[in-house]
Amino acid sequence: MTLHQKSRRPRLPSTFSLLSLFEAMATPHALDRYLELVDPMTTVRDLRAEITAVHRSTRDTVTLTMRPTQQWRGFEAGQFVQVGVVIDGVRHTRCYSPSCSQYRDDGRIELTVKAHPEGLVSQHLHRNAREGLVVSLSQADGTFHIPRPRPAGVLLISGGSGITPVLSMLRTLLDEGYSGDLTFLHYAYTESDVSHRTQLDAIAAAHDNIRIVFAYTDQEQGGDLHGFFGAEHLRSAAPWYADAETYLCGPPGLMRGVENVYADLGLEDRLHLEEFAPPLAVVTGDVGGEVSFTESGKVGDNSGLTLLEQAEEAGLTPAYGCRMGICFTCTSVKTSGCTKNIKTGETDSEPDKKIQLCVSVPVGDVAIEI
Amino acid sequence: MFAIPSPSLSLLPFMSTSDSPREQPVPTTLSYEQVQELGRELDEMRARTVAKLGSEDREYIYKIIKAQRGLEITGRALMYLPFLPPAWLAGVGALVLSKILDNMEIGHNVMHGQYDWMREPEFNSQVFEWDTVCPADQWKHSHNYMHHTFTNIVGKDRDIGYSLLRMDEGQKWNPYYLGNPVYAFFLMLLFEWGVMLHDLEIENVVKGKRKWHDVKPLLGGMWRKAGKQVLKDYLIFPALTGPFFASTVVGNVGANLIRNLWTYSIIFCGHFPTGVQTFTEDETSDESQGEWYVRQMLGSANIEGSPLFHIMSGNLSHQIEHHLFPDLPAHRYPELAPEVEALCEKYGLPYNSGGFFNQIGSVWGKIFKLALPNSLTGSKPTVGVIVERKKVAA
Ligand code: FES
Repeated sequence: MTLHQKSRRPRLPSTFSLLSLFEAMATPHALDRYLELVDPMTTVRDLRAEITAVHRSTRDTVTLTMRPTQQWRGFEAGQFVQVGVVIDGVRHTRCYSPSCSQYRDDGRIELTVKAHPEGLVSQHLHRNAREGLVVSLSQADGTFHIPRPRPAGVLLISGGSGITPVLSMLRTLLDEGYSGDLTFLHYAYTESDVSHRTQLDAIAAAHDNIRIVFAYTDQEQGGDLHGFFGAEHLRSAAPWYADAETYLCGPPGLMRGVENVYADLGLEDRLHLEEFAPPLAVVTGDVGGEVSFTESGKVGDNSGLTLLEQAEEAGLTPAYGCRMGICFTCTSVKTSGCTKNIKTGETDSEPDKKIQLCVSVPVGDVAIEI
Repeated sequence: MFAIPSPSLSLLPFMSTSDSPREQPVPTTLSYEQVQELGRELDEMRARTVAKLGSEDREYIYKIIKAQRGLEITGRALMYLPFLPPAWLAGVGALVLSKILDNMEIGHNVMHGQYDWMREPEFNSQVFEWDTVCPADQWKHSHNYMHHTFTNIVGKDRDIGYSLLRMDEGQKWNPYYLGNPVYAFFLMLLFEWGVMLHDLEIENVVKGKRKWHDVKPLLGGMWRKAGKQVLKDYLIFPALTGPFFASTVVGNVGANLIRNLWTYSIIFCGHFPTGVQTFTEDETSDESQGEWYVRQMLGSANIEGSPLFHIMSGNLSHQIEHHLFPDLPAHRYPELAPEVEALCEKYGLPYNSGGFFNQIGSVWGKIFKLALPNSLTGSKPTVGVIVERKKVAA
């Protein structure tokens, strides 16, 4: 190790100065602004990825294998990345969790995207993703991952497209030769809605310590469990749950259900979760007041949508990333008024406070510094 | 000594007097209702264009970027052939074109936020930098904010004369202005540096209205930006051509100079030709959107030319359309121009447009004429259009 590092050290300054010479020549533009015109995958600073395989596993999901450029620093199972694609001239960015093992040896990542009926980006990817398409990518982020040393028992619970981060956890643990108790409990409407089902069956067949449990909410035959999550599901899927750590990702209904059961059992500390369904603005009662965007001087009636959407409707283009309250790209200063965080339900009436536009709705008059 | 007495001015071949306001002694009057209606029509025009924005606009700007990068690389490469004068000259030419495209059709327009809707980090007005010595953030303040908000308001729009020249009859004359044409000539040669210093408001620093701590951060920004530009054009690239160091410096100085000449000329044609109207602060306090639109139209002038000419001027040849819709992608202006002109006709407003030589001639005519006090040239501030700002009781 030490030797290896030493032998590399003297070469660093020379490559560095050559790069900075090129950067000085390209000033004021970034070197990548020249390189991308020749080959979008040859970059000095920007992280991008090329789609190398497209697989449509169910009628509304598509699995993409992507080769990131050399800046990619890898990820921990459970984390997410932001992927950007151009649709009708506009770059749209969304968060997805890789579903592959973090040790994949070709260094590629695999994303499973569910086409939501209203989802612009997911619909687009489902329809148009093809080999060779280059998308923009962010480094992995997020605190949802399994700590080291790995816990003795692991229960993974997912629903719908929430399968991706926990599937990545499962595959990663397998690659590590995990020998503890592991149950993978997955909720879907019906059997045909489960993506990666054949791979999951194969995994269960090959490992004694691993149980794959399919629960169907709209189908009464087949699978292992039926209906919604409850204490009975928990007991039958993983009787040792009280000594294990549970990782959960799925639609809001499932999340609330699991959280309630764990709260009743007094096991909140053992539950780790990631919210992946895009928050919907809950319009309760009458929506009133005015939203003013102080820097651009625009004012509009509060429509009940999130402040990010209201700003966009007013013709502004605030920066955003995930649009679901996790990346903080959209953070802006609320100068006055009361906002409600639709993820947490918390209201906030402190002036000059930084809030996330994408998960905040105005309650009455609000002024935002954009 | 450079001033020409006004009677001889109209004899200059490039002077056009056809649209001189003196020939329309009775100003057009716009009623309050007309102004509101005009505002609504322009708002609709804007909304129609915004709805159209998409892939076509994206492809357009990428095509321009590709052309600019190609020209730049060609220009730099041809500097290795100073012993073949035509090739070397072609190199200077390619560099001139590259810098003009970078500054005008790309830089100026991107920094206006015209491509922000693409949500492409590299085309975002917040982060874009251009190939000139003026730091983008300072330019956005002096141009996007000051000039586009207070367009042609004497005493507020610092683009009227750049605190150096007398460009309007409403500016008080003093003997300093006898040098008007000389200052203009040097401003033209050193235009990029003039643009850089613009946000400093040197005249206010001299008058003591601006304090050192306001100016200091600006100087820091200039030092960093200009330093990199100078290093690149006058040291790194020349050094890379080895034995041809000197000829490359000459080539790069030449390219920057010609670019200055061109950008100065296009920009001065935007607001200073004959027939352009200026305003006072009183006239324009608490404007409505409609009134703002009218001021932009009366205060701007277009240059006619071929599609290539429009691209090379960053479509600032459509200055009127640009001032109405500064954040719409500029390559849309040519398609908006006939509609805007038709609106002007409908409301009896002038639509100031002319060929390049006609417009630049009238600009220089003004530079010479305004070197002298109004009493000598017989000119006084003219008003072509009167805007009624209150509802007149029926
Ligand atoms: S856009 Fe990511 S937190 Fe709002």
